[in-house]
Amino acid sequence: MPPLHSNSKTRRQLHVRGIVQGVGFRPYVYRLATSLGLTGFVFNSSSGVTIEIEGSAALVCKFIDDLRPNSPRLAEILELTVAEMETVGETSFDILESQEALGEFALVTPDAGTCDACWNDFGDPSNRRFGYPFTNCTHCGPRYTIVQDIPYDRAKTTMSGFVMCEACKAEYSDPGNRRFHAQPNACAICGPSLCLAPSGSNPEDCSFHDKDSLPAIRKVRQLLREGKIVAVKGLGGFLLACDASNDVAVTELRRRKRRPLKPFALMARDLQSIRNICAVSSDDASTLQHPRRPIVVLPRLSSKDSEAASPTDAVAPGNNTLGIMLPYTPLHYLLFSDSPGSPPEFGALVMTSGNLSEEPIVVSNIEALERLSGIADWFLLHNRDIATRVDDSVVRIFERRERVLRRSRGFVPQAIDLGIELEQVLAVGAELKNTFCLTRGTHAILSQHIGDLENYETMCFFEETLEKMKHLFKVTPRAIAHDLHPGYRSTRMALASSIDRRFAVQHHHAHIASCMAENRLNGNVIGVAMDGTGLGPDGTIWGGEFFVANLAGFERRAHIRAVPLAGGDAAIRQPWRMALSYLRDSFGGRIPDELACFRDVPIKQFNLVDAMLSRRIQTVQTSSCGRLFDAIAALLGMHSEVTFEGQAAIALEMAVDRSITDRYEYELQQGEPVVVDFRPTVSAIIRDLARGRRVNEISACFHNTLSAAIVEVCCCIRRSDGLDRVCLSGGVFQNHILLGLTTVELRRLGFGVFLHAMVPANDGGIALGQAVIANELLR
Amino acid sequence: LGHGSGGKLTADLIDKIFLPAFHNPILDKLDDQAVLTIGGTRLAFTTDSFVVTPIFFPGGDIGRLAIHGTVNDLAMSGARPLYLSAAFILEEGLPVDDLRRVIESMRAAAAEAGVQLVTGDTKVVNRGKGDQIFITTTGIGVIEHNVSISADRACPGDKIILSGYIGDHGMTIMSQREGLEFESAIESDCAPLNGLVTAMLTTSPANDFIHTLRDPTRGGVSTTLNEIAKHANVGMVLDERAIPVRESVKGACEVLGLDPLYVANEGKLLALVVPGMADAVLDRMRQHPLGQDAAIIGEVVETHPGMVLMKTEIGGTRVLDVMFGEQLPRIC
Ligand SMILES: [Fe+3]
Ligand SMILES: [Mg+2]
Ligand SMILES: [Zn+2]
Ligand SMILES: [Zn+2]
Repeated sequence: MPPLHSNSKTRRQLHVRGIVQGVGFRPYVYRLATSLGLTGFVFNSSSGVTIEIEGSAALVCKFIDDLRPNSPRLAEILELTVAEMETVGETSFDILESQEALGEFALVTPDAGTCDACWNDFGDPSNRRFGYPFTNCTHCGPRYTIVQDIPYDRAKTTMSGFVMCEACKAEYSDPGNRRFHAQPNACAICGPSLCLAPSGSNPEDCSFHDKDSLPAIRKVRQLLREGKIVAVKGLGGFLLACDASNDVAVTELRRRKRRPLKPFALMARDLQSIRNICAVSSDDASTLQHPRRPIVVLPRLSSKDSEAASPTDAVAPGNNTLGIMLPYTPLHYLLFSDSPGSPPEFGALVMTSGNLSEEPIVVSNIEALERLSGIADWFLLHNRDIATRVDDSVVRIFERRERVLRRSRGFVPQAIDLGIELEQVLAVGAELKNTFCLTRGTHAILSQHIGDLENYETMCFFEETLEKMKHLFKVTPRAIAHDLHPGYRSTRMALASSIDRRFAVQHHHAHIASCMAENRLNGNVIGVAMDGTGLGPDGTIWGGEFFVANLAGFERRAHIRAVPLAGGDAAIRQPWRMALSYLRDSFGGRIPDELACFRDVPIKQFNLVDAMLSRRIQTVQTSSCGRLFDAIAALLGMHSEVTFEGQAAIALEMAVDRSITDRYEYELQQGEPVVVDFRPTVSAIIRDLARGRRVNEISACFHNTLSAAIVEVCCCIRRSDGLDRVCLSGGVFQNHILLGLTTVELRRLGFGVFLHAMVPANDGGIALGQAVIANELLR
Repeated sequence: LGHGSGGKLTADLIDKIFLPAFHNPILDKLDDQAVLTIGGTRLAFTTDSFVVTPIFFPGGDIGRLAIHGTVNDLAMSGARPLYLSAAFILEEGLPVDDLRRVIESMRAAAAEAGVQLVTGDTKVVNRGKGDQIFITTTGIGVIEHNVSISADRACPGDKIILSGYIGDHGMTIMSQREGLEFESAIESDCAPLNGLVTAMLTTSPANDFIHTLRDPTRGGVSTTLNEIAKHANVGMVLDERAIPVRESVKGACEVLGLDPLYVANEGKLLALVVPGMADAVLDRMRQHPLGQDAAIIGEVVETHPGMVLMKTEIGGTRVLDVMFGEQLPRIC
């Protein structure tokens, strides 16, 4: 009810900062204000949203109290300031056109999974969007993937070709509707539609005239039931789908995709389906259901506890975890059933990116029909173009917090607020799992996962994404940061760039700085980088490093004892080489007989690598922790060869028997830097193997040893430098057993332990570290 | 100075130190030889120094290498090599028998290539000031055909022909120097290419169907093609499956973590040929003993100028860059 006495009116001006633009915040404010009978206006300002409201003191108060708790699902209010104003006495509440200030961030937000209200529309037979695969509103749907230019407006998205029908237009223009200015707003009459085409189809023959999507979608489910592989065009690219419980189909997909062992991601229709195959904690459940809808790595239930139609082992061979996600658009939902009313036809589907090996994910219909024809039997196409390639994101919960392993859909292009003023800088990242980072204001804007830059297609993806992001966020870098490694494609691109202010950043310093940045740490910290390989300034390959670091530099205080790595990348593909190197180091060249690990290695190859190691031919010294894991895994007979990064180390982690608490010996050799010597550990493992100790116990013992060594070195540095903040970074810390053991013990000893959450601990986080280091050096 | 291993670092030295000092239109072309017009006659002129350990290896020795290296550089301009000079720096203590062997090998190599060694010089340096024997050869040849063969003539559409198996020389030297025993024996491919080039040029009475010739020595096929691509500002696309590599060389490279595309050859050439003539040239090459295993390995394209790409066996596209010195692992 409006107030009775006009003289009791008050007026307030509110400034809202945070994620409040492009997320349906203004219509929300409009609805809240009008429901309370308040007058005034709202507009997007340079720093967020500005609101003025007028009405009775009680209702104005209620408005301010309700604003935060009821805000839209994609909004995040970081700061709310309220100022008193003179009353004006207008008679309505209005949404004013944006007063977008020049040079400010554009309103491009990440794509968001379908919201509850849209699920309801989609599942309600009486709703005009019943079963419509592209249902969305201001609280959900595509954003970054359809944006072609700024400002974010329908004409500048790949929706521009679809002319809204009267009903859609009415929703779009009604400030009270949750589809008010929802740029991808559409329905079956006016919006995108589907086409199902067999492999080998000519793109020109694909027709999108059929407005009823059910026949196509039912055919897809039938094909999937028959064990076919279907390429499905989604939000950020094509995904390859097949029935996860069909061993023949999954194995065939592996063969065609040339991906023998790396785990496939899964999708299940609902939480219950996921609970049938995985253990899902409450944190896992809320992460799975978050609008970002990432792939969540979950512990797999043992087969006796799980349902009959559970995923075949070929989905993630030898793994006791599964990466799984929920449908993030109605189209994905339809792959399981027509509507929520009917039970899902599949417990889970494999949903792996539509690409060959490590190339970028395919986005266009033409590209898909051309490049994926050797992989998919059928193609489920739609006619809304994908403007930006974005892979699915991958996260895992640790200590009740979401830890990003691959930061893409749902996260990008959300800027990370670092809380410090930054120059405009470009950091080009690493070689594998590449991402780049732009900084501006107090924000770091990370690109989506780009991939392995050795491929030309990936390099082009890098360049096109960089151009787009510089444009969308109006960044003109005045400096460029890159890795020390001269052979990384990203380094070569940086050196060829016209930006001549360049910073070469050591790989592990970048890892630690990225951890510092996301935790907003300043000053000196103890940086522990347990990683694969990264070039050190001394020309050797680092990767088991203990630094005293800050954002400007580092001192190498300790490292894992270096051993020779023979044959460059071949040593990483063949962990037995590292095993041999460690054995030679531990036993002075006298290799113990009867080791299972070399059984499959041809004798000539073995002798050659042995000669390379003993005479240092094509070798480089390495202190890498990842390579130590490779060596131990190979010694335990797990993988003498690997087909994807980290495979041996993952197998070693999977093997751990958590009931084992003892550890092996290691030595700290004092000096500058201190050398962490695991030769006693290797010798003890060989002894244990000889007396037949179980591999699960040995693996556990090794994890305990490494964790103890890390903690002891941190204690040494604390004694000498008085530092008690530890940053843990590098790909090895994706190992949750090592991470758990190390953090628990460090905390018990009173250290402040800082981990990654928003950016990956792996090389996907390198760019952020490079960017903050360059910024510090520019000061 | 740490610029031994060839590739990018040597290229930097040339760009930053040598070119600025001496630059002139002939040198700036950066071909493996200079083409000079004297009194209406076109001459090719080149010089090269040879340093190799060990000095004797399966398939050749430093002497044979010194003759054929220079002969090949002349031949890569389409010239008929005529006369050579040779300068020797001998380390005190070099066995006289070894020197005799090298000289005899040079005589035979010159005869094989149809060139005469017409002048020379010898210096002896103290023990430790050299490494057994260094040889510098300089050569001169005449360009009789009305051809203009040069790196900057590479043109979109050109087919890229490789005359045979790659990596033999480099892997032979590696195995000998380091005493590594590979699965099967490998021999250097050291050979004079002037005969093969003559055969190629007589494929047709027409002129100008061969745009570029290069022998992919140090840095291998990848480095040589990168140089051409950058020089002519064109792109290239290779087909990995078409590139002839012996199983033995492939296996040895795999163990050592090397890529055969970056390994040196001493008896192979790369030819950039206009598309309409490529098959005919290829046929002619295959009739020659040094071109039996020749293959079209790719083509010159307009897109991505300065960059060499390779369609891999699994269907991806790899960027082939200039080598950056030592092979450091990239996988993290
Ligand atoms: Fe790393
Ligand atoms: Mg030369
Ligand atoms: Zn919605
Ligand atoms: Zn409509």
